[in-house]
Amino acid sequence: MNKKIGVYICQGCGIAEALDIEKLSAVASDEGYAVKTSPVLCGREGVAMLKAEVASGVNTLVIAACSPRVLHDTFRFDGCIVERVNLREHVVWSHPRSVWPAPTEEQKDDESFIDHVQMMASDYLKMGLAKVEKIQLPEPYRLETLSRRILVIGGGLTGITAALEAARAGYEVVVVEKEAALGGHARSWRKQLPLGYPYDKPAAPVLAEKLRELEAEPRITVRTNTVVARIAGQPGDFTVTFKKPGEQIEFDVPYPLPPELRVDENGKELEADQLLERYKEYNKGKVDILTFDPHGEKFGAVVLAAGWRPYRPAEGEFAHLGFGTLPDVVTNEQFEELAARGKITRPSDGREAKSVVFVQSPGPEGDRDFPYAASVTSLVALKQATYVREDYADGKAYILYQHMRTPGLTENFYKAVQQDPGVFLTKARVTRVAGNGKGLVVEAEDTLLGQPVQIPADLVVLATGMVPATKDDPVINLAYRQGPGFRDNALFDDYADSNYICFPYETQRTGIYAAGGVRRSMSAEEAMEDATGAALKAIQCLESVHRGVSVHPRSGDMSFPDFFFQRCTQCKRCTQECPFGALDDDERGTPKPNPTRCRRCGTCMGACPERIINFANYSIDSVSSMVKAIKVPSTDDFDEPPLRILGLVCENDAYPALDIAALNRLSWNADVRFIPVRCLGSVNVIWIKDALSQGMDGVFLMGCKHGDDYQCHFVKGSELAEIRVKKIGEALASLALEVERVAQFQVAIDEYDKIPQMIQDFVGTIEGLGPNPFKGF
Amino acid sequence: MSEEKAAPASGTILVVGGGISGLTTALEAAEVGYEVFLVEKNPYLGGRVAQLNQYFPKLCPPTCGLEINFRRIKDNPKIQVLTMAEVERVEGKPGDYTVAVKVHPRYVNENCTCCGACAEACRTEIPSEFDFGMKTVKAAYLPFAMAFPARYVIDPRILGTEDAARVKEACRYDAVDLEMQPKSLRLNVGAVVWATGWVPYDAKKIDNLGFGRHKNILTNMMMERLAAHNGPTAGAIVRPSDGKPPASVAFVQCAGSRDENHLAYCSYICCMASLKQATYVREKCPEAEIYIFYIDLRAPGYRYERFYDRIKQDPRVHFIKGKVAKVSEDPKTGDLTVVAENAVTGEKIEQTVGLVVLATGMQPTASVHKPPAAVRTTPEGFILNAPEAGLFAAGCAAKPADVVSSNQNATGMALKAIQTVVRR
Repeated sequence: MNKKIGVYICQGCGIAEALDIEKLSAVASDEGYAVKTSPVLCGREGVAMLKAEVASGVNTLVIAACSPRVLHDTFRFDGCIVERVNLREHVVWSHPRSVWPAPTEEQKDDESFIDHVQMMASDYLKMGLAKVEKIQLPEPYRLETLSRRILVIGGGLTGITAALEAARAGYEVVVVEKEAALGGHARSWRKQLPLGYPYDKPAAPVLAEKLRELEAEPRITVRTNTVVARIAGQPGDFTVTFKKPGEQIEFDVPYPLPPELRVDENGKELEADQLLERYKEYNKGKVDILTFDPHGEKFGAVVLAAGWRPYRPAEGEFAHLGFGTLPDVVTNEQFEELAARGKITRPSDGREAKSVVFVQSPGPEGDRDFPYAASVTSLVALKQATYVREDYADGKAYILYQHMRTPGLTENFYKAVQQDPGVFLTKARVTRVAGNGKGLVVEAEDTLLGQPVQIPADLVVLATGMVPATKDDPVINLAYRQGPGFRDNALFDDYADSNYICFPYETQRTGIYAAGGVRRSMSAEEAMEDATGAALKAIQCLESVHRGVSVHPRSGDMSFPDFFFQRCTQCKRCTQECPFGALDDDERGTPKPNPTRCRRCGTCMGACPERIINFANYSIDSVSSMVKAIKVPSTDDFDEPPLRILGLVCENDAYPALDIAALNRLSWNADVRFIPVRCLGSVNVIWIKDALSQGMDGVFLMGCKHGDDYQCHFVKGSELAEIRVKKIGEALASLALEVERVAQFQVAIDEYDKIPQMIQDFVGTIEGLGPNPFKGF
Repeated sequence: MSEEKAAPASGTILVVGGGISGLTTALEAAEVGYEVFLVEKNPYLGGRVAQLNQYFPKLCPPTCGLEINFRRIKDNPKIQVLTMAEVERVEGKPGDYTVAVKVHPRYVNENCTCCGACAEACRTEIPSEFDFGMKTVKAAYLPFAMAFPARYVIDPRILGTEDAARVKEACRYDAVDLEMQPKSLRLNVGAVVWATGWVPYDAKKIDNLGFGRHKNILTNMMMERLAAHNGPTAGAIVRPSDGKPPASVAFVQCAGSRDENHLAYCSYICCMASLKQATYVREKCPEAEIYIFYIDLRAPGYRYERFYDRIKQDPRVHFIKGKVAKVSEDPKTGDLTVVAENAVTGEKIEQTVGLVVLATGMQPTASVHKPPAAVRTTPEGFILNAPEAGLFAAGCAAKPADVVSSNQNATGMALKAIQTVVRR
C-alpha cells in the first residue's frame, strides 16, 4: 500500500488548553508529515475536512485526539489506516496542568524546564507516526475451498435439534451417531421432564416427533453406527474421517506423547529427534496429522452433541447406601429403564415397588448432591415420583433431599408434585440404607420432622448425575498437534464447557461448538435450546470464514499471523503455546499455520524467540518502533532527567480501565508511556529488551487475572507473559540490570481506581533502583 | 472444487432490549451477516448487568464482557443501535413486519464529547434510578462511566429552568439541544426478538419484611449498587441509617419468590446472588457475621457447587433453613430482628442484625409493560416463542435465568430469528 499520511490534531476537549499545539504539530511537520489542526475534529467541519483529505488521496490518518474507544463511527474511513493517538484521556484529562504546570512565558525558552505533559503528548504522537509507517491494512484470508456443511456429533435430542435448527436456516448437516439408532438416552425414558410452560408435569417423550421432523428434512443426512475417527484441517475446511465404533483404522487420530514418555529414565526431557521417534512409535499404525484422508469428507463447522453417560459409582462408593450390595438400590438411570419397560417392580424378586425412596444427596455428611447432578436430578426425582403414583393407587414416593433444585419456572413442577398426597418430601441427611427382611429401610436424620426417620422401602433410587462423554474420550478427535480434545476441560470437570459467563459457546477450538449434556448437566429442554445456540455459532463461524475474518472475540479481524519460515529454528514454542491449537508442526518442527483456527491474539508472536511471526497491522517491528520513538531524556538534556517507563497494556481490560480512570479525572505518573497490546500473551520480550537497551528505566505489563477463574479470552495470555517476564529476569541479571525493573500487574476492567497507585508503587521501586545505567548510550 | 452456496439471504431482525441478552442476540445475528436493529429504552446498553458489581461464580466484572460486546458493535456496521427508544407497535407478518419506534429526546446530540462540563454547571440533583435512588446525580449526567453510547443525558425535569440555560451555556461543542423532539421511526423487519428483561419485584409489597419502612433493609439489587465502587458509597458496605458498616448481615432468600402471594416461581439467581454478596460483605466487613435464611439453596452445576462450598467454609457464614416470617426494627439502633423457624431443628429464631438484604425476585418487564405486538405471554408475563409468527423471547423475558443460560438462549433466538427471515 502506497501510504499518503496525514496528521490531524484536535484542539477540543481541553487539548489546546493543556498543550502547545504549535510545538506538537512541529513534532510531525519537522519530520515531513502534513499536519492539520481542528478546533473540534469530530464536529461537522472537522469531519468534512477529514473526508476531503481522504478524497484527495490521504489513506493513512494519524488522528491525535480522543481515545480509540470513542467516536469509532466518526473516524472510520474505509480502505484507510486510521491510528488514534490518545491525547485526551491518556495525556490531558489524566495530567492536569494544576499538578504538572505548563511553562510560563519566561520558562518557555528555558531549556532546563521539564514540561512533562508536553513531552508525553509529543512521545505519543511520535509513537503513532512510527506505527503507521510499519503497518499495513490486512487482507482477509480466503480459503480456496469452503464447505458450508455442518457436522453434528451425536444423534440424541441435542444433536437432532442442532441438525434441525441449522437445516432450517438453509445449511446442510450430517449427523453421526455411535449407536445403531438415533435418540440417545431419550430412547429409554418413560416420560420427559417438562418441556415448556407451565412446566407443571412430565411431558410425553418427543423423540418420535423429532425423528419424523428429521426424516422430513432433506438437508440432513444421518449416519448411525458411526463415530469420528479424526477431524483434520480448519474451520471452513475440515476433513473428517468416519469409522465404525471400535474399529481401528490408519486415520485414527494420533495423540501427543504423555508427559512420562517425554523424559528419559532420569526425568530429563528428550531431544527433539528422540521425541519424534517416540511419538511415531506411540502412534504406530496411524497416519500423521498433516496427511489428509483422501476419502475424508469436508465440513465447515462442528457441533459436539455427544451427550453423557450415567455416573458409575466406584467399588464401595455409596456402600452405606447399599449400592452394589443390595439389588433393589438403583440409580435414577436404572429406575428410568425399569419404568419405561412397564410397571415398576423390584429387580430382586419382581414384586411391585409401591414404596420408593429417592435419595438426592449421598450423605452421610454434608449437603452435596451426587456428582454431576446439577439441578437435573431434583427434577428427575419429581418425575419419577409421579411414575410410582401412576403405577400404583396406593403407591408412595419419598423424596429425601438437602436442597430441591428446581430453579426458575421449573418450580411449578415442584409445586404440582407437592400437591400429591402420595409424595412425601423432606430435607434429610441419609445415613444408611439397609436390608430389612425382604425389603429395605432408609435411615435419615436432620429432617423437617424434628426427628430421625426410618422409611421402609421396596426400592431405593440414588440421584446420580450425568457424566459428560468428554470425560472418557476426546470425541472430537482433532488431528491437531496439540492433541485430539479440548485443551482445558479438566477445569470444567471434563465438560466441554466455556470459561466465560458472557460467552457460553466460546470454546478453545475454533469451529467446534458444544451443546447439551456434554457441556453441562442439563434437562432436555435446556439441551435443545443449547443445541440451537451451538448451531448458530457453527453457522456464524462458517460465514466468518467465508468473509475471511476472525470469530469472537476479535470478530471481524482480517489480520492473521504471517511466518517468515526461513528463520524458524523449530523451537515449537508457538505450536505449544497457541491457545487454540492453530499451529501444527511437521516432522522438523516447522509450524504449519491454519489461519481459520486462529483468533488473532498474537500469542505466537509473543512466543517466538526468533521473531518471525507478525500480523500486517500488529508486528514485532511496529511495536518496537513505537518503543524506540519514545524520547528517553538523559543527562545530556537535563541535570535530573525524568524517568521513562514503558507500560504494555492489554487492550481488553487495562486500556479501557485507563480511559475510565481518565474520565474520572484520576491521574498517574507522567513518566509512563503506554502501548496497547492485543493480549499480554502477544508481548514479545524483545520489546522489553528494546525499552531497557535504549535507556528506559522500567517496563510493566498490565492485564487480566489468570488462574482457574481466568478472564483472558485467549486463555493463558497473562499467565504466559508472566512466565516470559520471569525468564527475562535472568537475561537482565546478566546485563547487571535489576529484575525488579520489569513487573507485571493484574487489573480488572473495573479496577480503574487502583491503577494510579499501582503505577506509583512501581515508579517508587524504579526510583529506588536509580536510573537505567544504559541511558544516553 | 468449491462447495459454496449462495450467501445467507438478506433480512433484518429487530431486537427489543439492549441488556446482555439483547446484545447477545443482536451481535450473534449480525456476525452471521444479518442486519439488526437493537432498540433500548434506557440511554445506555447493558440493562441489569450494568448495575451489578460482579458476576457469580467468578466474581468478575460485568463490564468486561460488555466492553467486548460494545467493541463488536463498534466494529460491525450491520447493527444499528437506538437508545432512549421504545417499540410502540408491531404490525404485519413474519418476514414483513412494520415496527413503530419512538425515540425519546436525550437533549444531547452527537457532538457530545463526554467532557462533563454540563454536569458541572448543572445545579439540580435528581435521584439516580441506576442506583435505585440511593444517590443523586445532576440532571445532566452520564449514566455510568463505561456507558455506551458514551453520551450525556439531560433529564427533562430541568427544561425551561435556569439550569437548562446553564447547561446549554456550559457546552462548548453545541451538543446540548433543548429543542430536541421525540422522533417516530418505522422499521421494516422480518423477525422480532423480545429481550425486555426483568424488573426487581417491588419489595414494598412484601409487607411482613418491612422494606420501605425500616431503613436498614436493602434489596439484593441495591446491595449490588452499594458494593460497586461506582455506587452511592464508592463500594463501602454501610447501613443507610448511620453510614456505619454492619456487624452482622442477614440475607432473606425467596423474598417474594416461591410465594403464592407474590411471585409463585423461583427467580433462579437469588441464591447464587446472596452467596456472591456474602463475599462482598466478607471483603468489606471482615468480622461481620452473615446469616442466610433459605428454603433451598439453589447452586446447581459443578461451578456453582464449588462456589457454595467456598462460602460454606467461612466460619462466620451461617445457613438456616427457614423462611423468614417477619423483620422488625429497633428504632433506637436501627438494628433489625429477623424471625424464622429453623425447619430442621424446629426452634424459633430471632436473629438481630445490623443490615438485612432481601433476595427479591425478578418480574418480567413484559408483565409491567405489555409488548405492543401479538405475543403470547404466560400469566406471570413471560413471553412465549411463536416461531410461525417470527416472534421470540430471549433471556429473562422468556424465563428467569442466570447470565450464562440467558446468553445460551439469546444465541439460539438469533438463529430462530434468522430462520424466520430465511424462510421469507
